[in-house]
Amino acid sequence: MKASAFSYARATSVVGALELLAGHGERAKVLSGGQSLMPAMNLRLIAPELLVDIGGIAELRDIAVRGDTLSIGALTRHVDLQRSPEIAEHAPLLSDAITHVAHPAIRNRGTVGGSLAHADPASELPACMIALEGSIVIQGPEGERRVPAADFFKGICETDLSAQELLVAVELPVARANSTHFFDEFARRHGDYAIVGMAAQARMHAGMFTHLRVAFFAIGDRPVLSEAAQRLVDVPVTHAVLDHALAALGDELDPPEDQQASASMRRHLAKVLMARAVSALLGRPHPNAGVSA
Amino acid sequence: MILPISISLDVNGERIDTQVLPRLNLADFLREQLQLTGTHIGCEHGVCGACTVRVNGEIVRSCLMLAVQVHGTSVQTIEGLSDSGEVADLQAAFRDRNALQCGYCTPGMLMAAQDLLMQEASPDRERIREHLSGNYCRCTGYQAIIDAVESTALARAGQRQ
Repeated sequence: MKASAFSYARATSVVGALELLAGHGERAKVLSGGQSLMPAMNLRLIAPELLVDIGGIAELRDIAVRGDTLSIGALTRHVDLQRSPEIAEHAPLLSDAITHVAHPAIRNRGTVGGSLAHADPASELPACMIALEGSIVIQGPEGERRVPAADFFKGICETDLSAQELLVAVELPVARANSTHFFDEFARRHGDYAIVGMAAQARMHAGMFTHLRVAFFAIGDRPVLSEAAQRLVDVPVTHAVLDHALAALGDELDPPEDQQASASMRRHLAKVLMARAVSALLGRPHPNAGVSA
Repeated sequence: MILPISISLDVNGERIDTQVLPRLNLADFLREQLQLTGTHIGCEHGVCGACTVRVNGEIVRSCLMLAVQVHGTSVQTIEGLSDSGEVADLQAAFRDRNALQCGYCTPGMLMAAQDLLMQEASPDRERIREHLSGNYCRCTGYQAIIDAVESTALARAGQRQ
């Protein structure tokens, strides 16, 4: 289908965009790359009266390292993340994750800020930001504020953003020397939305996890940070320890059922991903990796 | 009252100055205002890849871009790539390998395949599959398309030596 009629305004600065949003509230939508917004509008799932196009705001495009913080501007496209040497060095989890996001023609348009603000529970970047302990940088009528990624996502396509605010950047701590990561997902076709996916960021010492953050996606109404993964930290990960953690993971997840997968299938696949991550991160084969969990 | 917006852009090397309503997407703009009907419309929500075109040298879904967003850009469609001869060898390989039947997906397939071949000289079959994973074909079963892209890559690599 075609989108219903709407008015269009091109913002040339963050201040200008905020003024447009302040004047129109819930009736306006921010257009960034449009790769989630346009499908929703073409399917007539939403029909905003005004699109505020922020695509031309140059100040939102930067990838920059300041001290221990990696800052990624909201308009950074998926393809920019994929090709960025700064991302590969300081947040390699994102470089891996991007190859799973949709297809090249979509990655040429889709933006980091758009993906996070849209907050599709099956998308990759929100889970990555939680695994990486990122902060979402928001500007609004009252100035700038930062929200931890873990508190930003509130439900299916719902976030902490108000209709008057603009997501301008995400900030991540730069990866430390002993850190490592794992990303994988199950999808019916390469680039499709995941049936279940996982992003993990870890630090290792002497063959043990000293820090482990595992975020699942497509497993609930928002990305889910696994508490069960903490059972693998500061202990030798024996088969028994891993089995206990996997059982706890199964208990803590409450996956939805839809035409792609049943709840029990999603729970099973989440355990498979966790076992694969542990196996990959510890650099050893595990009987649970790849078969049953 | 929603008013048309002026846009200026370059389409296949030709300058276009016109007015469009905000809701008009790039695919409809190309097909209906410029009569460039080689760009096909399948799903209109970014899944099928039939509407793939180039904007500033990069492939995009023209059903997921508004015509107002291409103001100031350079757009290339399958007509541009075909008329310039840029994809002549790829088109011949599609023909030779039976990599099309109804032809509906072919313009988008050629766009996506040429995009890969410009980025990588010798992609293997897995890379070709991955790069074309956003383009649906309901006729061929894809094997012949992968064959055609692979043979074009090999032929071009041979010519460079």
